[in-house]
This record gives sequence, structure tokens and C-alpha cells, in this order.
Amino acid sequence: MTNVIETDQVTRRYGDQVAVHELSMTVRAGEIFGFLGHNGAGKTTTVRLLNGLLEPHAGTLRVLGLDPARQGAQLRKCTGVLTETPSLDERLTAEDNLRLFAAMYNVPRAEIRPRVRELLELFDLADRAGDRVGGFSKGMKQRLALARALVHRPELIFLDEPASGLDPVVTRHLHDLILHLSRVEGRTVFLCTHNLNEAQKLCRRVAVLQAGRLVALGTPRELARQIKADVHLSITIHPEQVDRAVAVLSPEHPTTLARNGDGDTVRIANVTRDHIPALVAALVQAGIAIYRVEHDEPTLEDIYFALHSPAENSP
Amino acid sequence: MNWPAIFAVVHKDVMVISRTRGVIIPLLVVPIFITVIVPAVFAALPQIAQNIGVLEPPAELRQWIAQLPASFQLEMAQYNHTQLLIVITAVYYFAPMYLILPMMVSAVVAADSLAGEKERKTLEALLYTPTTDRELLVAKLLAAWTPAVAVAWGGFTLYTLVLNTVAWPAFGRVFFPNVMWWVLALWVAPAVAGIGLGFTVLVSARVGTFQEAYQLGSLVVLPIVGLMISQGAGLLYFGPGPVFLIGCLAWLINSVLIWFGSRAMRRSELLLRL
Ligand SMILES: Nc1ncnc2c1ncn2[C@@H]1O[C@H](COP(=O)(O)OP(=O)(O)OP(=O)(O)O)[C@@H](O)[C@H]1O
Ligand SMILES: [Mg+2]
Repeated sequence: MTNVIETDQVTRRYGDQVAVHELSMTVRAGEIFGFLGHNGAGKTTTVRLLNGLLEPHAGTLRVLGLDPARQGAQLRKCTGVLTETPSLDERLTAEDNLRLFAAMYNVPRAEIRPRVRELLELFDLADRAGDRVGGFSKGMKQRLALARALVHRPELIFLDEPASGLDPVVTRHLHDLILHLSRVEGRTVFLCTHNLNEAQKLCRRVAVLQAGRLVALGTPRELARQIKADVHLSITIHPEQVDRAVAVLSPEHPTTLARNGDGDTVRIANVTRDHIPALVAALVQAGIAIYRVEHDEPTLEDIYFALHSPAENSP
Repeated sequence: MNWPAIFAVVHKDVMVISRTRGVIIPLLVVPIFITVIVPAVFAALPQIAQNIGVLEPPAELRQWIAQLPASFQLEMAQYNHTQLLIVITAVYYFAPMYLILPMMVSAVVAADSLAGEKERKTLEALLYTPTTDRELLVAKLLAAWTPAVAVAWGGFTLYTLVLNTVAWPAFGRVFFPNVMWWVLALWVAPAVAGIGLGFTVLVSARVGTFQEAYQLGSLVVLPIVGLMISQGAGLLYFGPGPVFLIGCLAWLINSVLIWFGSRAMRRSELLLRL
């Protein structure tokens, strides 16, 4: 699998402030790559570096085989960027915004009109095509900005907080679209997000940036192993049988209780897959009614918080 | 050069300007006033004066003419009093004022397309387009320079039509434009448009809003006021030769401003000030 993005020891400062520090990472062709980090971690700066809008103070970058700082214009023909703020011309109509950017991205003249129509349909804006963007809601602007990022069918797509301002229905459509772009069309998606559920759902690999430094890179499972996050088994049983269950389990495993809906859930820490059959058999033998058994891998959220020291978790 | 992208940026700017009432109205009203009302008044007043029996031009005017070059005095000698008044005001006195047109238009459009773009937060998307810094600069220059020259030449045409028509009873022939005015319109006006533009590019890189850029950019009109005063004081004579030299100077200033402006127009610079 080829690498679409390679960075080696990239550093960028604003004045004395270090925004990105010795960042080394690779992004592979066709993957959805999650780029996570607190506010001010350096995500947007990284996107600007990768598109040749800023030059690095140290280190080297390679994006689609090009050097962004020297071959930026050529590179940007193949990248599409959804910026943090929609950055649309509010005095123009939705259609004009897309048409003019299509021309700037060298979409052949004859293809512009059908392509713009197609995108307006895709993002459910066709009936507002002729309206000024100034009168659009936040979510509509975000959708239009997304459409604009895709207008030239870029090979590498950067999305900076794509779901911000979108309602749940549109967010789900967006997620389906991102998956489609990667899995069906083979495009690479570089997804900057604060939304850990979103990253968990979409990304094959994620990178976690903390104050400009890369603190983790890999699949969520690899990261879990890296931080030695504990793996739980949750067993939901009848409320009246909780004490008995704890008695059966506690000789071998420390248990914690969590009240949950109809029954009570007994949570057992540090359980691997192999332990599960024996534990369940023991409970059944003790005559305990089991409603549900769940083996919880750590979520990306667990990993994310484990990676940031407690002092930094405060907002 | 990626010309399709450059033209698309220019197209966008012109389209945005044409949809902005706060910009388009002054850009239409001022030129129309200057090139329709002003020549009509210049041409009509001396004829009205003649009709109500005021025949002699003021003595100061004679003195003013006397201190200018012999060729100019010779030219003036062929006119009767009414014609003289019309020529002095509409052809000579007005010449420096005409330069305000290209300068104002290019400064307003440049302020809108640079500072305004920053203010409206639309600049970032533009920086992500596949244009080089130089292409972006060329696009922004063209976007302001083209309308400025168009207004200047359109204004020149209107001025010529109105002036010759209203002055017809006094002259009975087409007396305008003379050689000096051709030089002024074709050589000096485009250069002056470039000055308004270059100055605004420099200013826009440093300020945050259209208003600020526009207000600071207006300072560029001062040299034109200087030209008007110099001519009035007899220090400068608006003949074809001097006007050509003024044009050379304007092109020179223009190149220097744009050279400095191009350094401020680099992506990395623009981003830092976003
Ligand atoms: N134009 C600028 N001038 C000075 N400092 C800047 C500039 N842009 C960003 N920074 C600084 O660089 C650091 C990284 O900022 P960046 O915008 O890349 O963070 P981010 O991860 O995108 O944050 P967020 O999640 O809030 O969007 C921050 O400390 C920020 O203050
Ligand atoms: Mg950001």
C-alpha cells in the first residue's frame, strides 16, 4: 500500500509558539485517517502545512509524491479541503460558489454545470441553488462547503471538523459519504475531529496530537494495547441475584457494580476473551439468570483520555 | 500560468463587487457625475455668459496663460472668448481630475477584494486553490485594474460625447480630445489605476477590514490634488510631453508599489494575518 502523506520531523512555529513539533507520520492511500487533538493541538496548522499554505521550519513533507512548499499549486489540484470556517462567498448564490471554485480547480468547462448539479443534489441543496449563501443556516453552509471541497473529485480530502453544525440525520449521511469516498472510490480522507465517536466509527487509523506533538498513531486496537487499557466484561443479570453473582465471581476477579436499566450489570475488569466461557458457566451453575454478556473493548474515548494526563483533561 | 484559474478568481471578484450595493453605487454615480454633468456645465456656462452679455474672460486667466509655454499661448490665441473658457476648463483644468476615476475605482475594488475578502473570511478557501502566489496576485491585480481601466475609458468616451455636443454651438466642430488627452487616457490612466491598486494591496495586507483599507487607500488621491494645484499655479503645463512624462513616473511608482505588494501577497504572509 502506498503512502499518500509522509512527514518526517516536521516543526512549525508561529513566532515563539510551537504549533507542530517534530511530527512524523504516514497516511496510506485509500484510508480514512483520524487526526485527533485538543483545541490548539496543531491540527489546522498541519493541514496548512500539508497543502503548502505554510512552510515548515524544519523537517520534510511529501504529499502525493510532491513537496507541498515548492509544488503547492500542482499538489492542490489533487487535494480538496473543508476548512474550519466554511469560507464561502455569502454574497453569491450556492450555485455560483460551486461554479467559480470548479473553474478555479480547472474542472473542464463542459463538466462544471452537471458536476455542480450533482453535488447540490447530493447535499440536498438543489432547491436553494439560486439563493444567496448569506441567508443559509450554519448546517447548510457547512454542506455547501463540503460540496465545494469535492467539486474537482480530489484524490486526497482534508476535512476539518466536517460534522460541526450538522444535525444527526445529515451527520449520518456525511459519515456514509465519507465511507463511500474511501471504500468505493478509493480516495484518502484526512479527518480532523474532536468527535471521538465519529473517529471510532470511520477511521481505520488515528493519530493523536497533543500540544503539537504526536502522542499516538495506529488502529484503535493497537492504541489500546499501547496504553494497556483494561478490557471489561459486563454481565447483565436479575437485580435480586446480584449479591449471589458477586459471591460466585469475586474469588477470582474483582467486580464492580453498575446499575443499568432493568437488571443490574456486573462489570469485571481485565478479562480476556478466553475467560468468558468459564465465567458464564459458573454463573449458570449457580442458577443466575443472565440477560446479556458484553465484552467491552476500550473506546477511542477511553484511549484518548488515557493518553492525556489528568492535568490536561480540564477544558 | 494557470489562466483558467486566474480568470475564475477575477470573475468571482467582479461578480461579488457587482452584487454589493455599497460598492457598485459609488462606482457608478461618481464616474457618471464626473463625465456627464461636469463637461455639460463646463461647456454650457461660458455660452450662457456670452448670451447674457458677459464677454471678457477674467484678467487672471490672461495672466495665467501668459506664463505658460509659447506653443500653448499660440493654441489659445485661435479661440474666441467663449471657446477659450471652455477649453481652459474642460480640457486643461479638468485633466488631472479625470485621473481620480481610475484611481478611485481600482482602490475601491482592491480594498473589497483583499481586505474585504479577509474580513468575510473567504480568503482561506482561495488559498487552498491550485494557484501559485504569483497567479493569485495577478488575479487580484486584474480584478481591480480591469474595471478601473474600463471605467476610465468608458468615462473618456462619455466625456468626449457630452463635451462636443454641448459645446457644438460655440465650436461648430469636434474639438475634443486633443493629443494630450489621448496620452492621458491611454497611457496615464492605466498607470494611475495601478497606483491606486498597488497602494491598496499594501494597505490591505496590514488592516483587517474593507473600511480601513478604503479610508487609508483614499490617501492615494493626494498626488492628484497636487497635480491640480501645480497646474493652477502655473508650475506644470498639461501638454502632451509633460503628460507623457507624468505617465512614465506613474508607471514607475506603480511597479515599485506592486513589487512591495507582491511580497505581502504571499500565502504564508496572508495566513498569518488571517
Ligand atoms: N495565525 C496564527 N498566528 C499565531 N499563532 C497561531 C496562528 N494559527 C495558529 N496558531 C497557534 O498554533 C497552535 C495550533 O493551532 P491550530 O489552529 O493548528 O490548532 P487546532 O488543533 O486546529 O485547534 P482547534 O481544534 O481549536 O481547531 C495554537 O497554539 C495556536 O494558538
Ligand atoms: Mg483547527
